[in-house]
Amino acid sequence: MQKSKLGLDFEKVGYAKNIAKKIADDVQSFVENYTTVAVERTLCRLLGIDGIDANAVPLPNVLVDSLKEKGVLGQGVIFYIGNAIVETGLTPQQIAEQVSDGKLNLAALPIHPKEKIDAVIMPIVNASLDRIKARKARREQYLNTIGEGAKPYLYVIVATGNIYEDVVQAEAAARQGADIIAVIRTTGQSLLDYVPYGATTEGFGGTFATQENFRIMRKALDEVGEEVGRYIRLCNYCSGLCMPEIAVMGAFEGLDVMLNDALYGILFRDINMQRTMVDQYFSRIINGYAGVIINTGEDNYLTTADAFDEAHTVLASDLINEQLAFIAGIPAEQMGLGHAFEMDPELENGFLYELAQAQMTREIFPDAPLKYMPPTKFMTGNVFRGHIQDALFNQIAIWTGQGLQLLGMMTEAIHTPFMSDRYLAIENAKYIFKNMKSIGDEVEYKENGIIRNRAQEVLNNAVELLEVLQNDGLFNALEQGKFAAVKRPKTGGKGLAGVVERGANYSNPFVELMKNRK
Amino acid sequence: MSGGLYSMEARDFDTTLDLKKIKPYGDTMNDGKTQVSFTLPVPCGNEAIEAAKQLMKKMGFENPQVVFYKELTEGFTFFNCYGSSVHSVDFTSIHVPKVEATTWDMHQTDEYVKENIGRKLVVVGASTGTDAHTVGIDAIMNMKGYAGHYGLERYEGIEAYNLGSQVPNDEFIAKAIELKADALLVSQTVTQKDVHIQNLVELIEMLEAEGLRNKLIVCCGGPRISHELAKELGYDAGFGMNTYADDVASFIAQEFMRRSKK
Repeated sequence: MQKSKLGLDFEKVGYAKNIAKKIADDVQSFVENYTTVAVERTLCRLLGIDGIDANAVPLPNVLVDSLKEKGVLGQGVIFYIGNAIVETGLTPQQIAEQVSDGKLNLAALPIHPKEKIDAVIMPIVNASLDRIKARKARREQYLNTIGEGAKPYLYVIVATGNIYEDVVQAEAAARQGADIIAVIRTTGQSLLDYVPYGATTEGFGGTFATQENFRIMRKALDEVGEEVGRYIRLCNYCSGLCMPEIAVMGAFEGLDVMLNDALYGILFRDINMQRTMVDQYFSRIINGYAGVIINTGEDNYLTTADAFDEAHTVLASDLINEQLAFIAGIPAEQMGLGHAFEMDPELENGFLYELAQAQMTREIFPDAPLKYMPPTKFMTGNVFRGHIQDALFNQIAIWTGQGLQLLGMMTEAIHTPFMSDRYLAIENAKYIFKNMKSIGDEVEYKENGIIRNRAQEVLNNAVELLEVLQNDGLFNALEQGKFAAVKRPKTGGKGLAGVVERGANYSNPFVELMKNRK
Repeated sequence: MSGGLYSMEARDFDTTLDLKKIKPYGDTMNDGKTQVSFTLPVPCGNEAIEAAKQLMKKMGFENPQVVFYKELTEGFTFFNCYGSSVHSVDFTSIHVPKVEATTWDMHQTDEYVKENIGRKLVVVGASTGTDAHTVGIDAIMNMKGYAGHYGLERYEGIEAYNLGSQVPNDEFIAKAIELKADALLVSQTVTQKDVHIQNLVELIEMLEAEGLRNKLIVCCGGPRISHELAKELGYDAGFGMNTYADDVASFIAQEFMRRSKK
């Protein structure tokens, strides 16, 4: 039995996980009957379809939209593309090009038997899986040769809008000690129902996530990683209306970390919950298979809800996110479950409550590389205090063994980080991580003290909330605003029109193959 | 470091305060002492330090001192510098437009609305355009509020609708008409490449085109927004850093009364 430094009752933790599992299973029973335009576009990409038409519309969109317009998308692209291969002998890419040119109507071809379709599709499916496996092996090769930085990994963002400028910033950060580089996406990309194509140099508050941009940054990080003798992980955002598509692009191009929350898009981008639930499932299957560490977005709750009052909603959501990730075949070691240092700096003993929360999260998810987010809500233009807030955040991280430390910038709330801001943030973290390295092993928490009592209280409240969620169902809970104080209707939000019930011919061979690590 | 402990510099300047010629204050009146940090795109070395000093002089600093430097990555050097500003400003001639309202707390505003208006004021807020940040509008509108200042949702005298983020201007206006809004609040957090300016101007133009501009109290807010900028863009008020729901609510109530008396 695991021993708790906080006096947590692990039977209660087990009970909470069991309820969370039931909540996740309930969601899954919905997911399995549906597909979405994003899932089908992802399958197009997995079959090797890429590129854009004369109007810069990605070919996966062209093909999927053509089936959707005819009302037959529920049969799935695997069926239609497989059938077209049997009929024409063309490759998936050639089929997409012909559809785009108006030379081919997939829904009008004679239907071939399932065995024939499987016989042409499965070699393409397996080649696609081999491509992802080769990428994964490349990462493992690097980790076995040049190695990696110690945990907590130092995680910094670049956000210039220009991928080539991002490379300069990322190389500088890696040389200064960063272990993970996240390329922030341009504002609004999450609401695009397609993934832009090619290298991009214009973005607002971030850079477009495109497969070419992924490739450019991966190459740069491999080079700088070899130079500094440390594998540098690349992070992007599997969220919004293209969750699984971004996942497959990341799997092809060797991304290591993906923001990939089951609820974030619903709550914070007003994306329809049915759409998100179906999309998150396939995106997580891909991330799990590709060895990508997913990050969940509970930290965002605390930008709208209060960190002290709503701490239990973060834990409850972590528990649900964990179970949904298990269903998608993601091992605990790839679950960067999220939380954040967002206590009001004016709160007396706020540091102690924060410590309790971080230690509690550590103990409840012992194998997960927890993702710890820095203060943002209470960052002001006072950069001097901001630097101290970030220092307190770093102290809790080293104390409680967090996995992925998104470094706070003292100029948070002012501008996207300067090169010097990032240097100062890394210096801050390195200083504290080294100076306080073993404090977690040395210090124990007083029985009946503030920290132990707080952790137990948050766990109790999370269990109560989970019980309510189990009774109401997750969809209803989201409608009632149980998370982040945000209410979302089941049939509201963006992207609902892209959800389609699966038909009799529907198949997605990747789900089982990926979950079984074939 | 010993050189920095006691300043042995001769004070060859007048140390009396003159509001017509104010300068930065370090520890002595009119010393002009200022701290500056920046990065230059050059490799670390004596030439880089000299470049930083020359730049400080061009910025208007006497006795520039480079107290810290560090090469951040190849070809980029970071500096912390101090210097004495040669410039001064006439404080007596400064005029800054301010939001013309007395800031009351929630109860005072509620009381005022109850006594003078007799119905709830309908306030519709959103983070508009592509801006995905809700932190600003939430700080003003959410029940809980921010930094101890309750948000508009808690006000008895205000019916508050927070439409969240990424609301297009046309949807925002349609919602305002549907809800019979008295006041609109626009939050803009992302300001890269002045995207907020275009978006704020567009809203005003659309309101004017619809003939709604004068029927509504229209305010904007965000970390990079000043009242002066807001007025320039055609808004009734702008709320920048360190303003809260109290400021917004009192302004709306008082402005509403001002207009109804006309």
